[in-house]
Amino acid sequence: MDKDSAIKSLLEEAAETRWEIGQEFHDKLSESIYQNAAHIADRTVIKEGQKENFNIDRTIDSIVTSPIWGFPIMFCVLAVVLWLTIIGSNYPSQFLAFLLLDNAYEWLRAFAIDLGTPWWLNGFLIDGVFLSLAWVISVMLPPMAIFFPLFTILEDLGYLPRIAFNLDALFRKSGAHGKQALTMSMGFGCNAAGVIATRIIDSPRERLIAIITNNFSLCNGRWPTQILLGTIFIGQMVPDSYQSLVSTASVIGVALLGIGLTFASSWALSKTFLKGEVSSFTLELPPYRKPRILQTIYTSLIDRTLIVLWRACVFAAPAGAVIWLVCNITIGDTSIANHLIYLMDNFGLLIGLNGVILLAYVLAIPANEIVIPTILMLTVMTAPITGYGSGDGVMFELDSLGNTHEVLVAGGWTLLTAINVMLFSLIHNPCSTTIYTIYKETNSVRWTTLASIGPVILGFIVCFVVAQVYYML
Amino acid sequence: MQNNTPSACESCAHNPNTSLKRLGVEVENTDYVIALAGNPNTGKSTVFNNLTGLKQHTGNWPGKTVGRAEGGFMFNDNSYKIIDLPGTYSLMSTSEDEEIARNFILFGKPDVTIIVVDAGRLERNLNLVLQILEITDKAVLCLNLIDEAKRHDITVDERTLSKDLGIPVVATSAIRNVGIQELLKTVDDVAKGKIKCTPHRIKNVPKEIDKKVSKIQASIESLYPGLPNARWIAFRLLDGDEDIIKAIEEGEFINDK
Repeated sequence: MDKDSAIKSLLEEAAETRWEIGQEFHDKLSESIYQNAAHIADRTVIKEGQKENFNIDRTIDSIVTSPIWGFPIMFCVLAVVLWLTIIGSNYPSQFLAFLLLDNAYEWLRAFAIDLGTPWWLNGFLIDGVFLSLAWVISVMLPPMAIFFPLFTILEDLGYLPRIAFNLDALFRKSGAHGKQALTMSMGFGCNAAGVIATRIIDSPRERLIAIITNNFSLCNGRWPTQILLGTIFIGQMVPDSYQSLVSTASVIGVALLGIGLTFASSWALSKTFLKGEVSSFTLELPPYRKPRILQTIYTSLIDRTLIVLWRACVFAAPAGAVIWLVCNITIGDTSIANHLIYLMDNFGLLIGLNGVILLAYVLAIPANEIVIPTILMLTVMTAPITGYGSGDGVMFELDSLGNTHEVLVAGGWTLLTAINVMLFSLIHNPCSTTIYTIYKETNSVRWTTLASIGPVILGFIVCFVVAQVYYML
Repeated sequence: MQNNTPSACESCAHNPNTSLKRLGVEVENTDYVIALAGNPNTGKSTVFNNLTGLKQHTGNWPGKTVGRAEGGFMFNDNSYKIIDLPGTYSLMSTSEDEEIARNFILFGKPDVTIIVVDAGRLERNLNLVLQILEITDKAVLCLNLIDEAKRHDITVDERTLSKDLGIPVVATSAIRNVGIQELLKTVDDVAKGKIKCTPHRIKNVPKEIDKKVSKIQASIESLYPGLPNARWIAFRLLDGDEDIIKAIEEGEFINDK
């Protein structure tokens, strides 16, 4: 008998026997394995003091995963992590800005003038490339260096699986995977990191949902925008004593809206493009362990922070160059930037934004961090206001909140503009680092396009509706 | 600057790490291939980092190792490649993780499989151990997290466990680098055939089913003499595992021996 026919008869024999034994084979076999395991464990595991001790793990679990306390505790933990990130990164951010923007920048300029290089080269390299890199590093590095280790410590501690456990039911109802809770939380640090984290989801359908909706987790590049606008526009509507409360609430509100949109868009996707069964998964709640702080800081710095920062720099450098170029190359009498702002202004006003904001969002696709500096620079360039800024195409940020308010109001900003920029900052395309990551993870132009264009369209619609309601009131 | 002369500490006879040289990601043409398997969250990645000197991210939640990670180390003048497989509870369903782990142990034919288990949750972990032992006969049990088990007043009788499973058992606490040297030595011995394993085979299978399994097993063995896991393949065929059926059709079990 030759090999091929032997194989064929073997498979036939197996198929026949399978038919004879029937469905119960799998269960019977599993049962035997469990019996064997129990038998061996019985012979080898020695438990001292057989009495059931007070089990600290189980007690903590009954609180943090309880139907009543689970959610409030989760939001508190999230709030504390975000608060530490925002407060803690303030000082190193200021220090880096002092170092890179005030000192290194001035020094480079002076050096270039000494060298006698042509002004356009200085502008292109120093005002364009260097300045945007400096912005990205000083705004992005400190929060990431705080957020990711905190996140990793929660992970080491064993709290993350409890979050997934708590949110599982909600994600299930949205037709998504319970582990998406983890990737969503990761997105609050950085969407690109969140998209990479979706690898923990096996099913391709649910993984795509998690990838496409990760953008609705407000990433740390967008927090500063929210905080700034929340403070100078929303906070100022109320008496002084309530200001910080109201501005904080407005920022948290936007973040919660993002979580709501994550559920809504997951549900919408699972009902349309990505129909399918929700797959089940086993999630063992691991024991709580004491995190190893130093090692955690080291690995999360190397694994997450620096890699993400490097990618952001790679994309921000050319963006800085482009920003400088559109402001300094003129067609006719006006710069390209002015032409573009003029072109987009009507559409911008229709949806409660303006041309400057739209252009800034186009130019800042590489990094959300540079949106506010770009808006300020473009506003000063076009608005009837003098005495601010350092020249066309030079990004800057103002020292006091009052100044920023003044510049923006001169640029035609109202309360509506601030609200809509906060909304649009939540609901627009992911930054190019994230888009590139989505492409690398999905390997599909189609899904990458949907994940990039979809949120912009939704953002336009939301802003338009809000603007119409605002005009009516 | 590269300094090639070993420091006094590195060359000292009292340094327990003298015979281990970590190779990081240099894993071309190694003498032996080691697979690292186990339930999720038992510390596989910590063992992996310990052996290779790599900093594969570890975390306290199941399912953190995605796909597989590779690294290398030198021990007693032999080079080893080690593959960190995703953690699974079983090898009998069809999730992607389980497929990666199973296919590597089955088709990758590692020289030794290190099965990492949580000493404090032995019974649950044995489910996977017993399945792996049906597939491969060269394995070492790494009884990890012993200090955590001790804190919960649990001790494991390693000798009885080793006798029952038919493979060597090494108690470790990988986080604190306890037992890693002994683990390496044992893996080395198994790889070189100095320790012979006689792995446990699943017992108590209902008689009428067992008879039929044996018949299929005999057919497989006559087709591929010397196949160490004919019984397990018989199990999978009777379970209707499409991957295994396809592999047999394509002749993937035809031994290179």
